[in-house]
Amino acid sequence: MNTSFAPRPGAAPLPRMIAAQALMETRLMMRNGEQLLLAVVIPVIVLVVGVRGTKALDITFQHSSVDVFTPGVLALAVMSTAFTSLAITTGFERRYGVIKRLGSSPLPRSGLLAGKVCSLLLVELGQLVVIGSVGMALGWDPDPSLVGTFLAVVLGTAAFASLGLFVAGVLRAEATLAAANLIYLLLMAGGAVIIPSVAYGALGNLVRWLPSGALGDAMRDALIRDTIAWSNLLVLLVWAAIGTFLTARTFRWE
Amino acid sequence: MRYGDKVAVDGLSLTVERETITAVLGPNGAGKTTTLETCEGYRRPQQGMVRVLGLDPVRDRRELLPRIGVMLQDGGAWSGVRAMEMLRHMARLHAHPLDVDQLGERLGLEECGSTPYRRLSGGQQQRLGLAMALVGRPEIAFVDEPTAGMDPKARRGTWELLEELRASGVTVVLTTHYMEEAERLADRIHIIDRGRLIATGTALELTRGTAGRQPAATIRLVVSRPFPPGAPESLRRALGEQTEVTLLDEVSLLVTGPADASTLANISGWCQEHGVLPESLTLGQRTLEDVFLQLTGRELSA
Repeated sequence: MNTSFAPRPGAAPLPRMIAAQALMETRLMMRNGEQLLLAVVIPVIVLVVGVRGTKALDITFQHSSVDVFTPGVLALAVMSTAFTSLAITTGFERRYGVIKRLGSSPLPRSGLLAGKVCSLLLVELGQLVVIGSVGMALGWDPDPSLVGTFLAVVLGTAAFASLGLFVAGVLRAEATLAAANLIYLLLMAGGAVIIPSVAYGALGNLVRWLPSGALGDAMRDALIRDTIAWSNLLVLLVWAAIGTFLTARTFRWE
Repeated sequence: MRYGDKVAVDGLSLTVERETITAVLGPNGAGKTTTLETCEGYRRPQQGMVRVLGLDPVRDRRELLPRIGVMLQDGGAWSGVRAMEMLRHMARLHAHPLDVDQLGERLGLEECGSTPYRRLSGGQQQRLGLAMALVGRPEIAFVDEPTAGMDPKARRGTWELLEELRASGVTVVLTTHYMEEAERLADRIHIIDRGRLIATGTALELTRGTAGRQPAATIRLVVSRPFPPGAPESLRRALGEQTEVTLLDEVSLLVTGPADASTLANISGWCQEHGVLPESLTLGQRTLEDVFLQLTGRELSA
């Protein structure tokens, strides 16, 4: 067999490179058991247990529990993908020299970043479909603001992704793994992502300023009451700015 | 194409001709990888100038990168990715990539199947790394220790591949600490040690010692009975004043010096004259190992 190696260099068009990168990252994530657990299995369990549990314990909100929980679990899903998954994969990409290798390929760093963002949005779309379907099966009856939902998902992704990259950029891969999971658990338990910040009593005034609380409340406002929660979205925007600033200052590609 | 940079590499200056294989040879920690990474635009030289294909690897990075192929010393793939999947991904980043299946077959990557990258053998990871460097059809391939961790068969296969690249018009720059690799492949060898260039030339020039003052041939004589007294001196007289004769033990000695067609005949004549029976008489060039030892006083492979 004969392969001619005669030089014929050239970069693929940027959109094609970004699409290839996004699909590759998405495919790898779907193949990774832990990532899938984080992206789909845990949110679905939280949703089912939450809805059933509040019924069994006879806890009531202003709205039906599935209407309260589903937007919260969607917010949790955004957080798990944009923050925890992104931090862990990026941490290990650095460790395995993937980012370094891509650094000498025609894919520019902006293209790599764009590929990552597209991959995140693709995964989130999948999560929305799965969690939404489970919610519907449990009787979810949303009154959605599409603009509000869209803005909450996009700004939530921006805030958590920039913070996730910050963690992945300053810590070693193992430390990133530990920190990203720990922060995820803490925010899931006490960050007002699944349960409204008003349910936290006095603490609610604090947690609504966290990206988790802001995203959770914004999703609930958008999907329960058809409103755009501008103040929460502003909080997310500020977190995204902080995260981007920190990442730009500290991130090392290798 | 010129390099010239600092840090681990100090005042290094060398040029690579197009469509040749250039070997940067040196022990571990000599600055080989740093030199390569400076050409690849990973590092910005604090001093000096680097030009690759006439471009500045840092300033003109976007323009340069599609034209070079890079093989890192290790890593460079996702831990869970399959070999062919990774290669296909790299191909998608280029405008006119090689046929991925053919290249994979050529480098024996199909045997990797669906094994994730982290579980591939060292040799398989190396071959994937090489394939990734070539798939975009670069003008220059920078390959860092291309055969480290390969078995002898894979190593020979890789050498043939690199020679084929040169024949196709690709410029190859490789680092190695294997003598025979540099000797067999390279049109030009740059020996570096502690970040400095200590010798440059073809394998023949370096081992002949045209660069230095070193003698050309090494002849080892082993005899069946101990040499008579005064043997080294009388042999030296027989061979000429520039020759050095070193007694290794009572039955073997080493002759170093300029050699010509008559040298071996003279030695065998001397044996006849002194009634010693040669058991073996071997003539050999200096190896690059000897060259390195002589230039630095240290072993290359140490």
